[in-house]
Amino acid sequence: MLEVTGVETFYGNIQALRGVDVSIQQGEIVTLIGANGAGKSTLLMTICGNPRAASGRIAFEERDITTLPTYEIVRLGIAQSPEGRRIFPRMTVLENLQIGATIAEETYYEEDVQRVFKLFPLLCERQHQRGGTLSGGEQQMLAIGRALMSRPKLLLLDEPSLGLAPRLVAQIFEVIKEINESEGVTIFLVEQNAYHALRLAHRAYVMANGNILLTGTGQELLENDEIRAAYLEGGARKTDVGQSGNA
Amino acid sequence: MLGTFEYFVDQAINGVTLGAIYGLVAIGYTLVYGIIGMINFAHGEIFMIGAFVSIIAFLTLGLLGLTWVPLALLLVLIATMMLTAVYGWTLERVAYRPLRRSPRLAALITAIGMSIFLQNYVQLLQGARNKPLQQVISGGFEIMREGDYVVTLSYLQIFILLLTIVLMVVFTLVIGRTSLGRQQRSCEQDRDMAALLGVNVDRTISLTFVMGAVLASVAGLIFLLNYGVIDFYIGFLAGIKAFTAAVLGGIGSVPGAMLGGLLIGLIEALWSGYFTVEYKDVAAFSILILVLIFRPTGLLGTPDIEKV
Repeated sequence: MLEVTGVETFYGNIQALRGVDVSIQQGEIVTLIGANGAGKSTLLMTICGNPRAASGRIAFEERDITTLPTYEIVRLGIAQSPEGRRIFPRMTVLENLQIGATIAEETYYEEDVQRVFKLFPLLCERQHQRGGTLSGGEQQMLAIGRALMSRPKLLLLDEPSLGLAPRLVAQIFEVIKEINESEGVTIFLVEQNAYHALRLAHRAYVMANGNILLTGTGQELLENDEIRAAYLEGGARKTDVGQSGNA
Repeated sequence: MLGTFEYFVDQAINGVTLGAIYGLVAIGYTLVYGIIGMINFAHGEIFMIGAFVSIIAFLTLGLLGLTWVPLALLLVLIATMMLTAVYGWTLERVAYRPLRRSPRLAALITAIGMSIFLQNYVQLLQGARNKPLQQVISGGFEIMREGDYVVTLSYLQIFILLLTIVLMVVFTLVIGRTSLGRQQRSCEQDRDMAALLGVNVDRTISLTFVMGAVLASVAGLIFLLNYGVIDFYIGFLAGIKAFTAAVLGGIGSVPGAMLGGLLIGLIEALWSGYFTVEYKDVAAFSILILVLIFRPTGLLGTPDIEKV
């Protein structure tokens, strides 16, 4: 479904991605784990064309999207809940969802709003509140809900558990699983919460310094000693895998 | 006479008429500032072009023998909105879009350059002399009388007020309720995120310039009808006044621009009426300075404090 081949991305002179290969099949949950600054968020943004890949190729459903403008890439069926959530602060919750439906057909709108409210009942209660007044967890739900409004085939989630209370983290992961299983949305999940992510994902990639270091099924990586040391046991022991890179 | 309520009402009517012009132009400043964070100093010239398109349209209709005023006004209104919109669109496309990612100073200097260019362009094409237009809407009715002093509300003023109110209501609904307005606000708040949701940011910015130009063109038409004479230089002072109005109301805030326009118009008219006409600009700009000192975000502007 998504083929990322040899992608390199720069911020000015700083190289953030150093030839990344990632492949995602229809219906999968694939997770990408790695330390801060490894280039995970950059990869998600590069898939959406901002920043643009300096070299390499990105194809979605066999179609080369490497040089398409962002708004056309997402029109093909890719939605992202980005790093920092980026809720429109001076728009209401409902308006945030409406803007998420920009590229969806209007006839689906009512149904889709109800679907998001069913996944996140809290958003329904707060639908007329401005986005900027929501708590972090509520904003996270809104960011995911907003991304779903476009009926994406592929959903890119950037650290949906960041800064959330443990109970909420479990709930968010539950929702991600539900979106994947009952609605057939393919999911590419960036996480620091490696334990949860690896248990949820069918397959996983490990990233450091702008490179993909390892790949395997979630189970394989959970049992991998290096991964355990770097990401699962509190991340206290640093190995090469865990060193943070630039960007 | 000076101390009577009638005199005050008379000046206030003038002030509101003037405020309509400033308010309509100010919205253009505030919209563009909101969405791309630059002051479009050529916006006053768009207003001036609106006035010129209007006068050309009136004269053309006159030549064609169309003299029924309501139809003529409607046609002129449509013509000036459409043609001036093309100017607004082209301005963004040619002068600002290539500089979208450059430092703000570059865009600012370009805007000043475009302002000078458009002034000279109109001067070259239309000549430097004043362009008079005979009164299109005449008459009015008396609303008050105090001895010999009669306060009239002219049909022209009624037309101006109604037109301005209708435009502002329609415009507020477009921004607040339509999908286009939502896209515009989303671009204003986070352009990259808007693009991630499939909003065509370039198109939205173009449409913002078009909207600003349409409102400014109507202000140009109103100016022409109200004063009956225009020249290539009218955009300069009106532009700066409207910009002052936008800052006074809180730049980035559309209701603020409307309120600021109204206030600047009133201040100017009342100052002219009670003190001296010569210092009316000083009065308007002094208010700007006071606002900047005591309330830098303007009357309706809010500093961006949001939970992150």
